[in-house]
Amino acid sequence: MLKYMLRRCVEMAGAMLVMSLLVFMLGRALGDPVSLLLSDYATAEDRALLTQELGLDKPLAVQYLTFLSKALRGDLGRSISADRQPVVDSVMRRLPASLQLAAAALLVSLLVGIPLGILAALRYDSWIDHLVRGIALVGQSVPVFWLGIVLMFIFSVLLGWLPTSGYGQLRNIVLPAATMSLFSIAAVTRLTRNSMREALDSDYVRLARIKGLAESRVIWQHALSNSLVPVLTFMGTFFATMITGAVVIETVFGWPGIGRLAFEAILARDFPLMQAVVLVMTALFMSANLAVDVLQAWLDPRVRL
Amino acid sequence: MAGPAGAPVKRTAFGQLGIAGSIAAVMVACALLAPLLAPHDPYVGMLADRLLPPSWLDGGDVRYLLGTDILGRDVLSRLLYGARVSLLVAVAAVMLAGIVGSTIGIVAGYFGGWLDSVLMRIVDLVVSLPMILIALLVGVIAGPSLTNIIIIIGFVLWSQFARMARAETLRVRQLAFIDLARSAGLAAPRIMLEHVLPNIAGPLLVLATLQVGTVIIMEASLSFLGVGVPPPAPAWGTLIADGRSYVLSAWWICIFPGLAIITTVMTANLLGDGLADRLDPARKAGGQS
Repeated sequence: MLKYMLRRCVEMAGAMLVMSLLVFMLGRALGDPVSLLLSDYATAEDRALLTQELGLDKPLAVQYLTFLSKALRGDLGRSISADRQPVVDSVMRRLPASLQLAAAALLVSLLVGIPLGILAALRYDSWIDHLVRGIALVGQSVPVFWLGIVLMFIFSVLLGWLPTSGYGQLRNIVLPAATMSLFSIAAVTRLTRNSMREALDSDYVRLARIKGLAESRVIWQHALSNSLVPVLTFMGTFFATMITGAVVIETVFGWPGIGRLAFEAILARDFPLMQAVVLVMTALFMSANLAVDVLQAWLDPRVRL
Repeated sequence: MAGPAGAPVKRTAFGQLGIAGSIAAVMVACALLAPLLAPHDPYVGMLADRLLPPSWLDGGDVRYLLGTDILGRDVLSRLLYGARVSLLVAVAAVMLAGIVGSTIGIVAGYFGGWLDSVLMRIVDLVVSLPMILIALLVGVIAGPSLTNIIIIIGFVLWSQFARMARAETLRVRQLAFIDLARSAGLAAPRIMLEHVLPNIAGPLLVLATLQVGTVIIMEASLSFLGVGVPPPAPAWGTLIADGRSYVLSAWWICIFPGLAIITTVMTANLLGDGLADRLDPARKAGGQS
């Protein structure tokens, strides 16, 4: 187990390194680094100072190592906007809001998706089963930002139940979290349904029934615990869709997280800020996947091989 | 879809393929014939006719079936021209990803050995990185452009084609006719192109069709964020972004492009599923849900 964890950590560090190299190379290859890192109002001294600081006359490898060692110490430069804030500070300040939204969406998808999946498996081929599959089909085809706008239109404008935007109160998080979780509810339901059906047909459940265990105990203890592993595997996909989801949903609902920060960086063409958002999001994404992998290896020893 | 193996299943599969295929054909025709079908110029609006609702609602105008936007441009015409942009990006990006990914996958699968290990490690790595962030970053550095968006999306998707092409090549490589071709002295590139590719084209075509849906949503999201297809091209994502601020007073500006996206993506998914069932009826009988 320890060996597996170690291997996954090394792999993750390698992938992170590649991402940082990719980000660095794109910044150097597609644009003039000095003007990317400074605003249009920078003075000649600013430019000269930055050129020297970046060591643009030095070989690319040296420049990358400088970038990397600074990044490891939490220095990704300053925003090109007027306040010239260190970009890492901006990202860290916005991070809690994004984590709240992601956690809420994750919680909702599991709390709604798993019971629905169990229900669909127990009532196989019933209307609820068909409904779940229908939602899954449509859910895959709806762009989340459009869904967000539609939900906002219905629940804020037509019905007036919930605020269109804002942050801080429970009622503010309902619409963004619902938008973000809709697709994953469908996926979690489908996965739970399929693996639950498989588990209900399996030998160990049959054995439990033969032993005369109560049906509720068979379902809840024996079948369910074995059918949640595929749901865990899906989490990797969930985190990936969450990244795009975070950017577009936070933009639609004015949620003050790093997704919205990314949109602001796009609008202002703020390269240092975008670079920091990309690297922090990548690190979060990979840590989340690592956590899922470790949890899965712990539950299912075959994964460790 | 559950159901006993055999004729009934096959018939549904054909029906699905037929329906999805017809819808897809109509959509492509609409996109190609947009200049003939569009009732108005999608780029020029009549300011006097701004924010008109769809024609069947109070205050609607028969000249503007789906209403007009803030600059008085016809929503229907913009949707039709938007179909050209969205479908062009989808087809070009999928083709790029398909060609690059399949080439890498076939080469890896055919030669095997260290080359295979190296190429597949690269694919694993690319899959583990959140490539959509790279797309946003390129948008900030280079600014939006049609070429950029096609290359970026192609770059995000090639790894899946590589994985599938490799797996399929491994399967085909064992078969007798490849040995025969090799012993007949054919060069490796020729064997890969003329004997491997035609035999693995089916699954790759299914993947490509399913990817069209993914690309359309991805392009719409990027255009919505302002790093996709640059204005004034009326990409569907851009239309939704434009209509977003007026959703209170003029819902039609952003609702219709969304419906267009949903229809297109669902059609592509149904088409891909139908193709998969057609090419491999066993898959359907196997109880896929």
